[in-house]
This record gives sequence, structure tokens and C-alpha cells, in this order.
Amino acid sequence: MTATSPSAPLSPLDFQHSPVAWVRKNLFNNWFNSLLTLVLGSLILWVAYSFLNWAFTLAQWQVIPANMSLYLVGRYPSDQYWRLWVLLSMISLLSGLTWGLWSRHVSMLFSRGALIGLGLAAVLAILAPTTASYRLLIVGIVLLCAFGAWVGRWLAQQLKTLGRWISLAWFLSFFVTLWLMLGGLGLSRVSTNDWGGLMLTLFMSVISIVLSFPFGVILALGRQSMLPVIRWLSTIYIELIRGVPLISILFMGQVMIPLFLPEGMRPDRVLRAIVGLTLFTAAYLAENVRAGLQAVPRGQLEAARSLGLNAPLTLSLIVLPQAIKIAIPAIVGQFISLFQDTTLVSIVGLLELLGISRSILANPEFLGRYGEVYLFIGLIYWFFCYAMSVGSRKLEEKLNTER
Amino acid sequence: MISPPETRVPLWRDDRFWKIVFQIVVAAFVIGILSLFIYNLNANLQRVGLRFTFGFLTNSAGFSIGETLIEYSPSNTYIRALLVGVFNTLRVILAGFVLTTLLGVIAGIASFSDNWLLRKISLVYVEIVRNVPLLLQLIFWYFPVFLSLPPSREQLEVLNFMYMSTTGIYLPWPAMDLSFWLSFGLLVGLGCAAWIVSKQRTQAMVEQAASGRSQLIALLVMAGVALLLVLVGFHWEIPQSPQPGQVQGGLRLSLEYSAILVGLVVYTGAFIAEIVRGGIQAVSKGQWEAARSLGLAPGHVMQLVVFPQAMRVIIPPLNSQYMNLAKNSSLALVIGYPDVFSVASTTLNQTGRPVEVFILLMSTYLLINLLISLLMNRLNQAVQFKER
Repeated sequence: MTATSPSAPLSPLDFQHSPVAWVRKNLFNNWFNSLLTLVLGSLILWVAYSFLNWAFTLAQWQVIPANMSLYLVGRYPSDQYWRLWVLLSMISLLSGLTWGLWSRHVSMLFSRGALIGLGLAAVLAILAPTTASYRLLIVGIVLLCAFGAWVGRWLAQQLKTLGRWISLAWFLSFFVTLWLMLGGLGLSRVSTNDWGGLMLTLFMSVISIVLSFPFGVILALGRQSMLPVIRWLSTIYIELIRGVPLISILFMGQVMIPLFLPEGMRPDRVLRAIVGLTLFTAAYLAENVRAGLQAVPRGQLEAARSLGLNAPLTLSLIVLPQAIKIAIPAIVGQFISLFQDTTLVSIVGLLELLGISRSILANPEFLGRYGEVYLFIGLIYWFFCYAMSVGSRKLEEKLNTER
Repeated sequence: MISPPETRVPLWRDDRFWKIVFQIVVAAFVIGILSLFIYNLNANLQRVGLRFTFGFLTNSAGFSIGETLIEYSPSNTYIRALLVGVFNTLRVILAGFVLTTLLGVIAGIASFSDNWLLRKISLVYVEIVRNVPLLLQLIFWYFPVFLSLPPSREQLEVLNFMYMSTTGIYLPWPAMDLSFWLSFGLLVGLGCAAWIVSKQRTQAMVEQAASGRSQLIALLVMAGVALLLVLVGFHWEIPQSPQPGQVQGGLRLSLEYSAILVGLVVYTGAFIAEIVRGGIQAVSKGQWEAARSLGLAPGHVMQLVVFPQAMRVIIPPLNSQYMNLAKNSSLALVIGYPDVFSVASTTLNQTGRPVEVFILLMSTYLLINLLISLLMNRLNQAVQFKER
């Protein structure tokens, strides 16, 4: 066989690196693509022009800074804001410590990506439309996080059991959070009716995520179980919940939970919403974990048995860790959609980020400012969800031990 | 070590015993909780003087519904009102399936285009839409977008066959007369014939190395006839506007319907695009290369070799996207489109019977999802590898 070679080989480097050649190759390589490029390009220009035109001439952005505190914390009493600042500092310090702990074997703690992230957070804080003292506070919190990371890494190298302490601290921080937000024990009480905005969105999604995870794992194990009663109960639950819309479950949470309980017992509205979100997410999470369980090779189970591990140990030490690792992308995806689904509680009357926006728009002063408000909160949602999906991709790469 | 069979294991060391005990305990726990709930429910309902009955469904509903596919007036029963809602839901779901599949497949394939701009647009579309809550998107489509259309006196006119204003969107639509149904029947027959002919053509080309030209000509003739049928036989009604603010003929879509449809289609389309992209990526590279080395044109590589194989990966997750679309259509409540959920919630408010209404509502959605699942499983079986 003789290889046929082109008579005059082009240098591939020259060809690819000239911008004209790039444009020709990627945008105008045949008549159809050229036409497509022209049509799409003019469409994009038109959309961009109309958007910029609207944003700079017609839109009245006053509705955003004027209601900033409503978007962030709802109707939380302003003389109690210091509690939320304490809460934020606590969480950022803990996140910093955890970050330091995780990167204890990395030579450069403040890698370029981390520095860019911190810098961006600080710049955003300085540009944020708030008062000077709040800007300083935000910058301080960003610095606190970086400081926590530095301390965490140093401590983790000295103290081998730091991981356990930080897990305990996270666990305790939940109760501190509840205490700070709700009050009692020396602090004045704040009713959950005054919770709102981004704070309520984050609170509900974090609590529902934490609660639905163990519930989902149990349901997944139940559905895989050899015991028929357990298997049937889990299957019925999962399929029933997955077959109906979330909003019907939330409505049921608001209307039916009081009916299911003895007379006079009426749980808090926020709590009822969290129950609805948790019950719903657990069913979906169970399916994700089940897919992970099915992907664990049977040999692992048999090897664990032949080492003499009993059923609970096999499950908790061998099968579940591998199954959850496989399921992580799907689980994070589920959490992103749970975060998005918290918007639905605005339909049952809670004032989370979307709910508070709708009530701001009902204010005669800001009537008809739909575009501005919804773009703003859309950006907030997009930022959180995009960050989560990027984080999940990073985590996936890190956990991929097979490569 | 094998213990001799006659030594009896004590009961508390017997695995089977504990398995049964565990199941009984769990079952008793679940039954206990459920009966406690039902007991409380009974007590609570008796306190307000309600009995569990579906009898209220035959009462007159007394509320009007904005858009109906079947005849309805406020004096009709609740059953009829709910039925109107079911039809409205189905109208969204069915149109949504078709459009979202189209959008998703186009966006998914576009991410493999050799046009850089198209690839980026597809990427940006998916990343924006998937990371913003659906409810926010629906509200966005309804309030700032569709409600900001000009009033009917200053209606927008698109190329003389489409009108848009706050009273609705008017599109050309076939008149549902005899001519339409005749052409439609002919079209279906033609489709079957074309399918048979194309099968024959492939067989002849594969087995006898025939050129397949005669069948190709037959197919082209059929396509011409089909085009003629669609253009002329369908008897298209084009909306006419004799004076500003008045539009006659054609199909009128309400703003609520347009908003829920566009919102759902755009949202679900992004997820389907990702599924399609993943499916195409799952086709091994050798298939692309083999198809190219056979001299197939780029479009044909996708259409004849890659996409049919990608279908096997695409169909199963598509099922859950369709189910999501069906469930998400319940959010129509927020923008005031009278789907089954919003009719049911009005019914709930009027009658104060949460238990009965929720049972009806949930079984409706379960039934719809069951149907989707069944159909998609059939489809899935059809595209899987035929293993001999």
C-alpha cells in the first residue's frame, strides 16, 4: 500500500493562527454557513441593540437599589440585621476552614482561580448599591473567608482530627443559625412571616437539601431491598411523588398537613413548605442514588461479603460510598433544580426571592417595572445555579479516580 | 464449616426471622401513621361538618373559564369545568411535546455545527435557560414580554399573515372542513406508501446494488403531491384585518396560552438539547469516520449514521423530560391560563373540599404521566438494537 500525500503540504500552524483564516474556517466555510452567519449575526446585533436601548433609555433601575434589603432579607426587622451579619460571618469562616482543610495537600492555597474568585467578590462588594459601612462589612467577610482558609490549611497539617471538629461545627452551626434567625434565648423573636427574599430562598433550599439526602438514600436502598414489603412501600412512594407536580405537593402541604394533624396543631408555614420540598426531592434523589447503586459492580458486594462484613457494614463501607460517588453529578443536578423549585413556594404565599419581587411589583410606586426586577432576580438565580453546576463539574473531575 | 442440619439455630440468631420481624415493624409503622392521619382527617372534617363524597361534582360550578375547547358555561357542573381544564392542559402538553422536541433536537445538533456562531448560540441558550427557574421564566414571558404587546388598535402585523396584540396572537390555520379532512386522510395514506417505497428502495440498493432511481422518482412525485395537498387541500385560513383592532379568521392564541407554551418549550428544549448532545457524543468516533470515509456528505453523516444510533441513548431520558413538561404545565396557574390545576384550585376554594379535589387532581396527573411512559417505552423498544 502506498500512502497518498498532498503535493504541497501546508503548515497547519500558519493556517490556524491567522484570524482571517479562523473566520473563514469557522464562519464562512461554505455558502450555507456564510448565509447562516450573516443571518444570525444580524439577529444578535438587533437583539443586543434593542436590549441596550431598553436598558439605558427606557428601563428605570431605581426599583433595584430602593428595595435592596427586601430582595436580600425580606421584611426582617432592620434593627436585627446584625444577627444576619453574624450568621454570614460564621458561615463564611466555616466555609473558609473547610476549604483550607480540603486543600491541605495542595501547595498553593490561593491559586489563580481562587484569587480571581476572591477579587471578584470584593469588587462586587465595592460596586454593590449599599451604604459604605455595608460595603466594608462585605469586604471584611470575604477576607474572613480567605483567612479561615489559611488557618484551616495550617491547622489541618498540625491536627489530624480537624475534619471531625469541622463536621461537628457545621452540625452545631445549624442550631446557631436557627437561634440567630428565629430569636429566643435572650434575642428578640422574629416571626417566620417576616423572613423573605434571598435569605428565605437559601434557608429553605439548604434545609431541604440536607433533610432530603438521607431520606432519599433510605428510599433508594428500600427500593433495592430483598424484602418485599420494604421494596413495595418505597416503590409506591417514589412513583407516586414523581407522578405529580411539585406545586400540588406544596398546596397539599399548606392545605392538608393541618388536616392530618390533631386539632389545634398548625405547623409554621415555612416548615410546611420545607416538608413539601423535602418529600418531593427525596423521591427524585432516591432514583439518582438507585442508578448509582446499580452501577456498583456486583464483585464489590461479593468481595465485601467474602471478607466477612455483615450486611450493614457492606452497605455503609463498600457499596454506598461508591454508589454516591457515581451519583454525584445527578445529585448536584437535583439540588440545582431544588434551588430553582423554591420559587414555587411563592405561589402558596411565602415571600422568598420571587414572592418578594411580586409584592414589590404590586407596590404602585414600582408598577410595571417587570423587566428590571425579573432580570435582576433572574441574574441572582443564574449566578447560584451556574456556580453549583461548575462546582459539580470540578468535584466530578476530582472524584474520578479511574483516570 | 457446614453445621450438621439437625442442630436448630435459635430463633434470635436466624436471619430469616429478623427479616420478617423488620418488615412487620415497618409495615405496622407505616400503617399506624397513615391511620393516625386518616383518623385526624376524619375528626377535622367532622368538626367542620364535611363528609367524604364526590357528590359535589354534579353541582353547578358557577365560575366562568377564559378559554375552552369544549362548550362550557358557568351553569355547567364541576365535572365539566374540570374536563375543560383537562383539555386545556392536554392542549399545552401536546403542542409542547412537538415544539420542544423540534427546538431541542435543533439546538442539540447545532452544538455540533461547524459554524462557530451557531455553536456558541446553542451553548449560551442552554446555559442561560437551565440555570434560571422555570416559574421565573414563565412570569417573564407573560408579564414583560407578551403583555407589553401593543393594544389591538395598534396591532403588530407580521408579513401580512400574522397579527399580534394584547387580544391575542392570530396565525394562519387550516379551516376544519371536509376538504381538510380529505387531504389529511390522503396525506396519511401517502405517508404510508412513501414509507413502503423507501423501504423497498433501500432493500433494492442493498441486495441488488440497484440505483434506486425509479423509486426515488416515485418518492419525489409523492412529495410533490403532498406539498400540493398541504398548500391547497388544507384550505388555509389567513387572518384578515379589515380595520385596526378587528381580526377575522385563522387561529387565535390567547396571550396566556402563548406564554405558557413558549415558556415550557424554551425551558424543556434546553434540557432536550443537552440530552441530544450527550446522545450524539455517545456515538463512537469510528462511526463518524467510517461514514465520512464512505463519502457521505456532512448532513448525511448526521442524518443516516450518527443520529439513528444516538436515538438509542436519547429516548430513555427524553421520557422523563416529557413527563416534566406535563407536570410543569401546572404552573400555568400563575399566569392565569385555565389548565386543570387552576380549575381545580378554583373548585377547591369554592367547595372547601381539599381531599376530594386533590385525589382527582393527582390521579389526573398520574394518568397523564402513565400514558406518556407507556408510549415512550413503546418507542424505546422500537429504536433499540434488534439483537438476533
